[in-house]
Amino acid sequence: MIIAVASGKGGTGKTTVASSLALVAAEKGEVWFLDCDVEEPNGHIMLKPHWHRKETVRVPVPEINREKCTLCGRCAEVCAFHALVVLPQEVMLFPTMCHSCGGCWHLCPAGAISPGWREIGRVEEGSSGKIGFVHGRLNVGEAISPPLIQAVKKRIRPGVLNIVDAPPGTSCPVIRAVEGADFCLLVTEPTPFGLHDLKLAYEMATQLGVPCGVAVNRSDGNDDPVRQFCHTNNVPLLFQLLQDREVARGYARGIPAVEVRPEWKEHFSALLAFLEKEGYARCAK
Amino acid sequence: MREVVVLSGKGGTGKTTVSGSLAVLASNKVMADCDVDAANLHLLLDPVLKSSSPFYGLKKATINHEKCLGCNLCIHLCRFDAIGPGFVVDPVLCEGCAVCYHACPCGAVEMIEHVAGYLFLSETRYGPLVHARLGIAEDNSGKLVAAVRKEARRLAEEEKKELIITDGPPGIGCPAISCLSGADLVLIITEPTFSGRHDLERVLELAKHFGCRAAVCINKWDLEPENSRALESLCNRYSVPLVGHLPYDESVMEAVKSGRPVIQECSGPMEEGILALWDKLKALLELR
Repeated sequence: MIIAVASGKGGTGKTTVASSLALVAAEKGEVWFLDCDVEEPNGHIMLKPHWHRKETVRVPVPEINREKCTLCGRCAEVCAFHALVVLPQEVMLFPTMCHSCGGCWHLCPAGAISPGWREIGRVEEGSSGKIGFVHGRLNVGEAISPPLIQAVKKRIRPGVLNIVDAPPGTSCPVIRAVEGADFCLLVTEPTPFGLHDLKLAYEMATQLGVPCGVAVNRSDGNDDPVRQFCHTNNVPLLFQLLQDREVARGYARGIPAVEVRPEWKEHFSALLAFLEKEGYARCAK
Repeated sequence: MREVVVLSGKGGTGKTTVSGSLAVLASNKVMADCDVDAANLHLLLDPVLKSSSPFYGLKKATINHEKCLGCNLCIHLCRFDAIGPGFVVDPVLCEGCAVCYHACPCGAVEMIEHVAGYLFLSETRYGPLVHARLGIAEDNSGKLVAAVRKEARRLAEEEKKELIITDGPPGIGCPAISCLSGADLVLIITEPTFSGRHDLERVLELAKHFGCRAAVCINKWDLEPENSRALESLCNRYSVPLVGHLPYDESVMEAVKSGRPVIQECSGPMEEGILALWDKLKALLELR
């Protein structure tokens, strides 16, 4: 089973929820944690894995054979991403603009372009107690993260619980992280910002055909607007975590919420039971 | 004219809270919300929409089945697996590269205009606001960010404004990069958590990589003073000035809940902190 944890708004508590869920699930069976927020991965700060393996992730980019190139300009004309510019003497590549579509090397009439490779980041694998841990780290300065997210998701293990910590937002990186999940847990906070972005995140999950549920973080006990939203859209409101300065201080020092407040474990046990009962967890132990 | 871009790396550290307060304090400015995925600044500024215009993303492929001979070349060439059985293009997966369009031997692929979002121009009691809404599941966020900044710049020139306050997106990828190019100052909002520190370092690297001048403000600095000291030494290491210390203050949550900029709702250390931050920014930006 794959559970994605997403939010729309950043900083609502995705990693807090995802890491606590992983710790509680690990008491019962095998679990993998996949941090797909490759621009700013934080899951390792909470779960402190021992690293076993690091691998660079590369994407194909054009390599131009200057002897064969006739400077005809076809490659720049077909490049929808403006990554190639043909000058009087040479062809210039802007590698971070390239989406690796392959148009230039398939369509070059002189056969002067071939795919080369460029590193965009790396995938690191490790373990934290009984939790298998994977994350991606995008190289600073790189604009395009989806291929790296895909490389992290290749490590999803069939037949066990996989928790995917998604990046904030609702555009392509989030889509890449959430697509294919069996369930999406949307973490929100009881502010107009949280609610506004919850609606966007809900639309995103719905568009992907992924069923979802809501968790409220930093609740002050007065979550009526979120409750109303969940009721109107028939989305389960799964649990609320209270605003708690000790939990916030724990987070600041890399201590997971369920270690600061062991009594919160029951929220996550109840979530796992819910997923099992509703049939999302068919393959999870 | 100057532009200050507010970034953070990590989400939820207080970009919009700070931007909203700067919008109240600065005179003669334009505001731009460049978190086009999940824009929030309008929730604080009570805007009246003046105009909206469609934002076109890259054209997406569709296949004309009457012309298609079923040769499979498009499926073979598409690196995004966007062409499914029956030669139907999945618009979410199609990135608009047009490789299929160029390669199809029978001209069966058409590239169709595609609205990827909307650009809005609004008036608020604090001045004009340029904002946007990227469609769900769209790419092109960097392009829309560029469009918002361009419109803000046009407006600022037209109305002779001296400052643009740009509320940026989280992360360090495509929209964040699009946000900081050519800015006069990148104001990074961070928090004294291990995650905040980890993400601050990556934004500082990003600013350095693109040769942007940066300054840092620590939000909730007193939550973990020891972590705040680590943030300070990180700033020193990058020779980036620390221009603000904002306290952990529950009234921030109340202000956000009531949909008002924090500076109008707070007092004491929070108010002093924001005012001091604004003074330092004014000096860095050489504003009157």
